[in-house]
Amino acid sequence: MSQQIIDLVEKSSLKEEPPQFDVGDTVDVHTRILEGEKERIQIFTGVVLGRSGGGAREMFVVRRIVAGEGVERKFPLHSPRIAKVEVKRSSVVRRAKLYFLRDRVGKATRLKERRRS
Amino acid sequence: MLKGILGRKVGMTQIFDETGRAIPVTIIQAGPCCVLQLKTVERDGYEAVQLGYQDKPRRLARRSERGHVAKIGGKNSSDRPKANCEPQRVVREFRGSVEGCEVGQKLGVEVLENVVSVDVVGVSKGRGFAGVMKRHNFSGQRATHGVKKVHRHAGGTGCSASPSRLFKGRRMGGQYGAARITSRNLKVVRVDAENGLLLVKGAVPGPNGGVLVVQETNRLG
Repeated sequence: MSQQIIDLVEKSSLKEEPPQFDVGDTVDVHTRILEGEKERIQIFTGVVLGRSGGGAREMFVVRRIVAGEGVERKFPLHSPRIAKVEVKRSSVVRRAKLYFLRDRVGKATRLKERRRS
Repeated sequence: MLKGILGRKVGMTQIFDETGRAIPVTIIQAGPCCVLQLKTVERDGYEAVQLGYQDKPRRLARRSERGHVAKIGGKNSSDRPKANCEPQRVVREFRGSVEGCEVGQKLGVEVLENVVSVDVVGVSKGRGFAGVMKRHNFSGQRATHGVKKVHRHAGGTGCSASPSRLFKGRRMGGQYGAARITSRNLKVVRVDAENGLLLVKGAVPGPNGGVLVVQETNRLG
């Protein structure tokens, strides 16, 4: 019963069409950024390491390499500030969390591409 | 007009506001509440509205509880107006003017419409006999450097030969939790009268399912 009430409350915060992507995908995350009065879109590109949480609290982690340093950003999936998530490339992965990529550098971070039929 | 209601804590989640910020909210299932009795200065020496929340099966209610909400006869029955409802599980009083309230009236969460912030009273989760680290946020002692078996102890508690006693109020281990706690000045995020739900920003005391008293805050500013 209480879970149904929580779902009811969260419904107003959920996106009608949540972005579709999988763990291991290389994605472009379009974030709305407010600078004073003007709004602009910032794009963060990287590999989705995992998704966590459920309902309106669902988050996903994107990792990329910036100037030789690994950078990870965690986004709320249903946040109105996430304009869209574009899938650039899908990969074959065998686990839900790709934390092993953190220990790898260079060529070893490559993932095998998955061809969508 | 009464600006308070009884309810139960459902749980916490987050919602996004119009700027896209995530707000942590506690969901409270509040009301419907029945006005059981009005306390007046002439009769009781103070003014208050007594609310009942959630029906209790008649077979579980005592005769006094049944007689409190409805006329059941008997030689000592009083003439005061009765709410004529089922016996109530939770009965609480709200101090303040009885104006605009009458016995038997049903109140929903809409009484908190246009209220900016509320005080929420609940019974906190019981933690039993807790040590000083959990109960008073003491730091404990070191893990190494000769500390033996006292890692979560408080350390010294008093002075020396003078005064050769403990000062009153020394913080020690003991019963922690299961006490009445008031969280004051919580912002009301949403009042959903249709579903009888109230969303307040932040945490409220007690476990999910615990009984809560919600009232317009008495804190100024």
